[in-house]
Amino acid sequence: MGEELLRVEDLFVEFKTGSIVTKAINGVSFSLHQNETLGIVGESGSGKSVTASAAMRLIPNPPGRITSGSIVYKGQDISQLNESKMRKLRGNEMSMIFQDPTTSLNPVFTVGHQLMESIRIHKNLSKREAKQESLRMLELVGIPAAKQRLKMYPHEFSGGMRQRVMIAIALSCQPQLLIADEPTTALDVTVQAQILALMKDLQREFGMAIMMITHDLGVVWETCDSIIVMYAGQVMERGSVRQVYDKPLHPYTWGLLDSQIASDQNSQEVLPAIPGSPPDLSFDVQGCPFADRCPYVEEICRESKPARVAIEDGHEVACHFQTDTSELTRKEEANIGASATGS
Amino acid sequence: MKGFLLRRVLQIVPTLLVVAIIVFLITRIMPGNPAAVLLGPQASVEDIEAYAQQLGLNDPIISQFFQYIINLITFDFGNSLTYNQPVITLLIERFPNTILLALSALVIAMVIGVPAGIIAAKRQNSFIDYLVTTFSLVGVSMPIFWLGLMLVLFFSVNLGWLPATGMGSFDDGLWAGLRHLILPSIALATIPAAEFARIIRSSMLEVVSQDYIKAARSKGVHEFFVICKHGLKNALTPLLTVIGLQFSNLLGGAVLTETIFSWPGMGLLIVDAIERRDYMVVQSTVLFIAIIYVVINLIVDILYKVVNPKVNLDTGGGK
Ligand SMILES: Nc1ncnc2c1ncn2[C@@H]1O[C@H](COP(=O)(O)OP(=O)(O)O)[C@@H](O)[C@H]1O
Ligand SMILES: [Mg+2]
Repeated sequence: MGEELLRVEDLFVEFKTGSIVTKAINGVSFSLHQNETLGIVGESGSGKSVTASAAMRLIPNPPGRITSGSIVYKGQDISQLNESKMRKLRGNEMSMIFQDPTTSLNPVFTVGHQLMESIRIHKNLSKREAKQESLRMLELVGIPAAKQRLKMYPHEFSGGMRQRVMIAIALSCQPQLLIADEPTTALDVTVQAQILALMKDLQREFGMAIMMITHDLGVVWETCDSIIVMYAGQVMERGSVRQVYDKPLHPYTWGLLDSQIASDQNSQEVLPAIPGSPPDLSFDVQGCPFADRCPYVEEICRESKPARVAIEDGHEVACHFQTDTSELTRKEEANIGASATGS
Repeated sequence: MKGFLLRRVLQIVPTLLVVAIIVFLITRIMPGNPAAVLLGPQASVEDIEAYAQQLGLNDPIISQFFQYIINLITFDFGNSLTYNQPVITLLIERFPNTILLALSALVIAMVIGVPAGIIAAKRQNSFIDYLVTTFSLVGVSMPIFWLGLMLVLFFSVNLGWLPATGMGSFDDGLWAGLRHLILPSIALATIPAAEFARIIRSSMLEVVSQDYIKAARSKGVHEFFVICKHGLKNALTPLLTVIGLQFSNLLGGAVLTETIFSWPGMGLLIVDAIERRDYMVVQSTVLFIAIIYVVINLIVDILYKVVNPKVNLDTGGGK
């Protein structure tokens, strides 16, 4: 792992719709190094996409706003940076790919146009050179007959091919950071594997860091170096993939692991993961946000918010009962250990 | 594309035939004898009868109708009884004036309506959004007649800035031509401007929440181009439909506007012709407007294809 590339510290994001304020992100901190792949997991609505958007300062305002915290990119706090300076970073230093490639490419412009647009914004190239570069990128992401493909519209591509095009656009200026917001969720299983393999290949070639957002823990095990587990806009647990895989600490992480294993076995998509539903973020949560759904909940969980505690080097958890190897952990360890090896 | 064009052109024929039949029947149902109107109140009953006979007005309706259709097929639009000229000559003279008025109104409506809609969508729920929304609600239901009279009252009668009626010539300078054009085209532009603002606002609101807009931002595209290039081009399809519809409505609205402002276009021609029971002029002018109407709709359909590559106009993969 290289130098620190991005550090997000104590980030808070709010959305204001009418008189309702949704506190989507509540004190998220993490860091990402060059060449590292960081997995962000959590149930839907836990704030993964908002965190990613915040990192690129793409929170739509209104209704959204970063209320506090810092986003340090290459040693510079970009959380207050002006728009024109941010534009020089976006697409150039950091770029993004999205969940659904059918909606993330503009339907009324050719693929070539959308590729060249990004290149011409950031690089001082002639139209001819930009076209050459676009062609090279399309070939690089494995699109056959790239030259003809440049003139085609997105609807003439399959889902997997579109995601390849998105990757080509995102990487066209050799960014240091690629944010992938559920890049394979909308794709077929076989295509998913191809896209992930492509991303890993390109990461090696370009030497970039990847922020991999997913609710599929399998993707995290396969592609990531470290992981943060999000719930209700907070980081419940973070560590290296190895640490979290070997010794998951938070009951929420256990729940995610259990449902993952269940879905692997049944290969049935929708599963009653963890009973209950996340808290309404438009109300203040007093204690631990997971308290209402936690099978091991105690009085203290509802009264005070657990601090983040490092259990081992780089492995942190926000739970009142994980400050040492408590009875709770031992009880659950056998269970998880047995099932994790099966996946 | 070729198959589509051919089919669309063939569809036009029955449409126009129906218009021809309806307008023919309406002119015959209208009370009043053209011969009597032409000869004036002093004419004797015998004179009127003889004149009507001479004009072919006493022929059976059916044979009058077939004569009319046969003339049309040979592109003969008939002669005006009151102007003593072929109707086509009148149309060629009046048509550019109506088009000038309608186009000016269209341009004003777009210049006001489109940016207003974009700004309203961009600043949803702001003061300016409420302003635009209110304007477009009031605007679409604005009676042109009343608005026209108010404009005349204020700018011509009270302020004396602009002439109330007539048409100037651009040969006498830009201002000479413009000053007559301003009030009627504003009156005519109000409804389409309101409609454009409403349509652009709602389609932009839908478009700006799309992923590809966020993707454009994430590429470092300037916000202006995010909205006016990536957004607007997607919001254009509904706008095109409305422009087509509104331009057709403008031709209809022109009839009213031309009457208020005595603008010498096809609208004034029709109204005068109705008063004088000049059947041929009424029939042919209405038919002519119908032709323009269907041609505009055809052009809009073709433009769809240009703006939105996903629209497949003919089943054979329109490329
Ligand atoms: N544009 C928005 N307006 C209002 N609330 C939003 C908006 N985007 C996200 N949120 C809120 O932020 C929370 C987190 O959303 P998100 O980050 O998209 O979750 P996910 O983890 O599924 O990606 C959600 O509760 C959602 O209500
Ligand atoms: Mg998401």
